[in-house]
Amino acid sequence: MTKLSTKHLLGIKDLTKDDIELIFSTADNFKEVINRPIKKVPSLRDTTIANLFFENSTRTKISFELAEKRLSADVINFSSSGSSVKKGETLIDTVNNILAMKVDMVVMRHPSPGAAMFLSKHVNSKIINAGDGAHEHPTQALLDAFSIREKLGDVKGKKVAIIGDILHSRVALSNIFCLQKLGAEVMVCGPTTLMPKYINSLGVKTEHDLRKALEWCDVANMLRIQLERQDIRYFPSLREYTMLYGVSKKMLDSLKKQIIIMHPGPINRGIEITSDVADSGQSIILNQVENGVAVRMAILYLLAGRTEE
Amino acid sequence: MKPKLILEKKAFELTITRLCYQLIEIHNNFSNTVIIGLQPRGLYLAKRLHAELSNILKSKDIKLGSLDVTFHRDDFRIKELIPNSTQIDFIIEGKNVILVDDVLFTGRTIRAGLDAMLAFGRPNDVELLVLIDRRLSRNVPIQAKYVGKTIDSVASEKVKVEWKETDGNDGVWLYTNEEE
Repeated sequence: MTKLSTKHLLGIKDLTKDDIELIFSTADNFKEVINRPIKKVPSLRDTTIANLFFENSTRTKISFELAEKRLSADVINFSSSGSSVKKGETLIDTVNNILAMKVDMVVMRHPSPGAAMFLSKHVNSKIINAGDGAHEHPTQALLDAFSIREKLGDVKGKKVAIIGDILHSRVALSNIFCLQKLGAEVMVCGPTTLMPKYINSLGVKTEHDLRKALEWCDVANMLRIQLERQDIRYFPSLREYTMLYGVSKKMLDSLKKQIIIMHPGPINRGIEITSDVADSGQSIILNQVENGVAVRMAILYLLAGRTEE
Repeated sequence: MKPKLILEKKAFELTITRLCYQLIEIHNNFSNTVIIGLQPRGLYLAKRLHAELSNILKSKDIKLGSLDVTFHRDDFRIKELIPNSTQIDFIIEGKNVILVDDVLFTGRTIRAGLDAMLAFGRPNDVELLVLIDRRLSRNVPIQAKYVGKTIDSVASEKVKVEWKETDGNDGVWLYTNEEE
């Protein structure tokens, strides 16, 4: 297989296992490229990419921008603060205006679930979803799975526990889809109030006891408590959450095997994981960040190179 | 029409040996020279030359790398291309580089290769070695310094180099009318 089955990257849902493997093998090559003395290749020199961020982001935005620049694309950045969105312009109008300036691809993050899908139906450009509300965050899931593959050799048959705020997490949903497509076993772990109602329909194990989850898994993906998305209180206090669901070095050392710790960032040190866990040898958090650039380069390259039928 | 054998096993081996001696004539003991094979099929030739040169010179220090040019090509929207790995574990800054490919056709791959190579430093001197030179089909002004065999062929014909490592036998075939 040499090309993706989709024109856009809206969610992991739309990708096949072959698509994911193609992205990974291409990302392997880009990982070699970004470790060269000169980290840039000219593949997308004729492509203009707009990064539209209607929601705050540090890592994803920098990672995409870096990936685009390393592929020699021209990049324009847009963030909703300080733009006409604040004056009441609709999403389609904003994007159409940007596309009228002849942009080939759009990378978008938006607080509303389905925003990327909506956009792909209305504008004539390739869309990459960089996170839409609590729905999907496909590039994060791909880089997470890529990092597991890199560390453990394969994703198939591995046991991955996703721990924390599952309800508000687009990372959790995309990760579940991605890991399942690659043949991993997935468990979600967190307080009952932070579990979505539909969780049983996804075919994942659920667990409310952190220790049991850690004993079961090969990889623990720790999620951040998304206080900004919580309109009501889902647990009594952060301190209580940390006591029940925070991972400490002592706890990791007491397990029978060495598990791998992942985190999509930003880390709330001392809440979901302690500092010594985040900085330990078991943590691959910074590898995830490095792989993020390579995986995003692969996605941009494969979508941009896709010839129209 | 049946494919035509244009370089059979014996001549193939002789050609490789001749290319090795031509290289030694200019590069002596390869102390300041490196060999870079272009992925995917130029690497087979580069490996073969490397083995033969190491044998002739009784040296274990001849440097060999592989270079993938996919991301530097100008036709990635026209053709579907699968990238290969690049492995250059040495510095090419100030070195004499011998770029190796199996067939020189339009010259576009070599153009991309020159571009890709610059990511690893500024070489002192770059030379091109190919097994087969299809001299009538060039799109860009690129010429090989060392040539195994020059052939006259039209663009619709296809040249395939077979290697005993992957195809079972050494040989170069000319296919006409898109058959294979």
